[in-house]
Amino acid sequence: MNDTAFKRMKDLPSTHLLGTGTPMCAGCGGLSALHEIYDVLGPKTVFVNAAGCMTLLSVYPFTPFRGSWLYTSMASAPAGAQGVRDALDILLEQGRMPPEEDLDVVTLTGDGAAYGMGLSSTSSAIERGLDFLYICYDNEGYGNTGHQASGATPHAAKTTTSQGPGGFRGYKKDLFSIWAAHEPAYVATVIGSEPLDLARKIEKAKSLKGPRLILALAPCPTGWEYEPADSIDIGRLAVKTGVWPLKEYVDGQVVHTVVPSPRLPVEAYFEKQGRFAHLFDPDRDDELLADLQARVDRYWAAL
Amino acid sequence: MTRELLTGNGAAAWGARLAHADYVPAFPITPQTEIIETLAGWFDSGEMPGRLVTLESEHSMITAAGAAAATGVRVFTATSSQGLLYGMEMIYAVAGWRAPFVMVNVSRGLATPITLESDHSDVLAARDSGFLQIHCATCQEVLDSILMAYRLAEDTRTRLPVIVNLDGFYLSFTREPVEIPDPDSVREFLPPHDPQNARFRASAPASQGVAVLGGSPYSYFRYEAHLAALRSIDVYGEVAAEFEAAFGRRHDAIDAYRCDDAEIVFVMIGSFATKAKAAVDQLRDAGFAVGLVRLRLVRPFPVEDLRRVVAGKRGIAVIDQNLSMGKGGVLHAEVASTLYGRPDAPPILMSFIGGLGGRDISPEELYEIAAETRKAAEDGRTPPPRLLYTRDELREIRKLQVIAEVERNELEPGQ
Repeated sequence: MNDTAFKRMKDLPSTHLLGTGTPMCAGCGGLSALHEIYDVLGPKTVFVNAAGCMTLLSVYPFTPFRGSWLYTSMASAPAGAQGVRDALDILLEQGRMPPEEDLDVVTLTGDGAAYGMGLSSTSSAIERGLDFLYICYDNEGYGNTGHQASGATPHAAKTTTSQGPGGFRGYKKDLFSIWAAHEPAYVATVIGSEPLDLARKIEKAKSLKGPRLILALAPCPTGWEYEPADSIDIGRLAVKTGVWPLKEYVDGQVVHTVVPSPRLPVEAYFEKQGRFAHLFDPDRDDELLADLQARVDRYWAAL
Repeated sequence: MTRELLTGNGAAAWGARLAHADYVPAFPITPQTEIIETLAGWFDSGEMPGRLVTLESEHSMITAAGAAAATGVRVFTATSSQGLLYGMEMIYAVAGWRAPFVMVNVSRGLATPITLESDHSDVLAARDSGFLQIHCATCQEVLDSILMAYRLAEDTRTRLPVIVNLDGFYLSFTREPVEIPDPDSVREFLPPHDPQNARFRASAPASQGVAVLGGSPYSYFRYEAHLAALRSIDVYGEVAAEFEAAFGRRHDAIDAYRCDDAEIVFVMIGSFATKAKAAVDQLRDAGFAVGLVRLRLVRPFPVEDLRRVVAGKRGIAVIDQNLSMGKGGVLHAEVASTLYGRPDAPPILMSFIGGLGGRDISPEELYEIAAETRKAAEDGRTPPPRLLYTRDELREIRKLQVIAEVERNELEPGQ
């Protein structure tokens, strides 16, 4: 990170590019990450969107983007990015468009598309070496439809489709590793509450060609059940407890960009969220909490 | 201009090549593969500039096609049957983007049971999507229709994608002599695509395919697409006239054969119409005044042409190579809604379902259809729709059922 333009907080862009007044929920962790990402990416971009919360960013005739936008479907945003990139390349190669008219192609989806329905089109876009940046705002559930469990939902979280005593029985899919296994140009996790780490990763992603993923944990007041004002705190706790490791994959290596030390106990993160309230109330579920802590400990011990 | 023996698939590939398609997102499916293999060869050898990219599904393929068209290049793609259905979400979506491109569908029956052979259930499932549809009966028509389809799609009055349909096996793999027009004359007839403002450029940000809130803006944009599709019938007429002037072949919205003095007319789409044409000649020789209406355009539906051609006839026999479960032939319903309540409409409108999954429609069946339609006209009463199936076919299926039963009993212990 020696060659970064973002050495300190005051180096972050002071001009904000994404417009305000969107229909996103108050305290949306995905939107705060997107604001920070867009400030670094800039408007020479075309956002290719999949069905999700952020589809509502561009509702006729309004858009918060200074650049371009194309809504596709839930499953095929990477294929939309392929079509746009290929078309721009053809125009450039044949001299039918001046280079200054070129755009960075950015896919923007939630976790429902990124972890599930769109995984096939994503994997194939990576395999073809598509030059695109994929931004996933991961709020760990189908947020736009009322927060049902998705492939990104963490173990034990209650969602509107996992209301049983232990919450969600499955385990959050490791999308970072799925991407890294394809050996793409770049994979990084970010969170809006760590803006310096985020800006450096967008800066690096922007400097590279090929398939690149920015996986942003998106604290979600409505789905995770907490007050919108707590979004930043919850994001910080996700990092400090080690639940959301901040890392990047580049040149075949995974590097952790933030190593929480000492790590806070995971319950500091869980106790702030209604979706995990059953771990504490009416009785403290020591067994499940210990299991959840052990999983995080194992992750960090393996490094 | 050269004349070559080409399959329907080969003619489709030539159409894309002559149209200077910049971009071909592809996914293989029988019986369409020869089209994308031929194009891939031409891109690889540099005979076609641009690129062909194989996607991982038709859903992605149609997304990429629409996205590239929305970025302002000329796009060609091709699919069939299950592939068309797998991509159906995007068929509707990209038509709503008003992304103009051309997609060939090589018609094939739909599962279940799964089959590779031809009927029109696949393409008619896309009937209401906003894609316009041109249906071909010969290999020459396939090539010509692709060139015309680009003019139709890209016209600023239309701005909708177009499906050019050919029948799997019967046309896709049949070799016919095809005139391959000279590239310069094609360039004159079909100049490079000017996307105007429908594109993505750094200096001119645009939002495409955006959401709406509420039924009013939704209805507005849906009505706009529908009205454009309706208007495209006039655009098609202009394009057909210019095509004839440039290449000497005329492809009207309706191909009416020996209809002028006909009492009875067959109405159908696709390559089986060539069989019906031969049957018309035979029937005429026997003194029976039969004609044939083959619809080339299904969307927009050539309402006025059809009304004019069948006005005053005694009866119509609609032969559908598709089946809308619980209703019947799709084309029959379309023709009925076109003619209902018109004083000059033929009093008899018969429905026959045949040619599903590659099943032949024999000349004898066509003679029988004509005879039954004439009888209905004499009786003044339209009988119920008929599902074409012969006694021989039933005997064959009974044999298969006996084999199935014997084999099943063999496997069950204690028998």
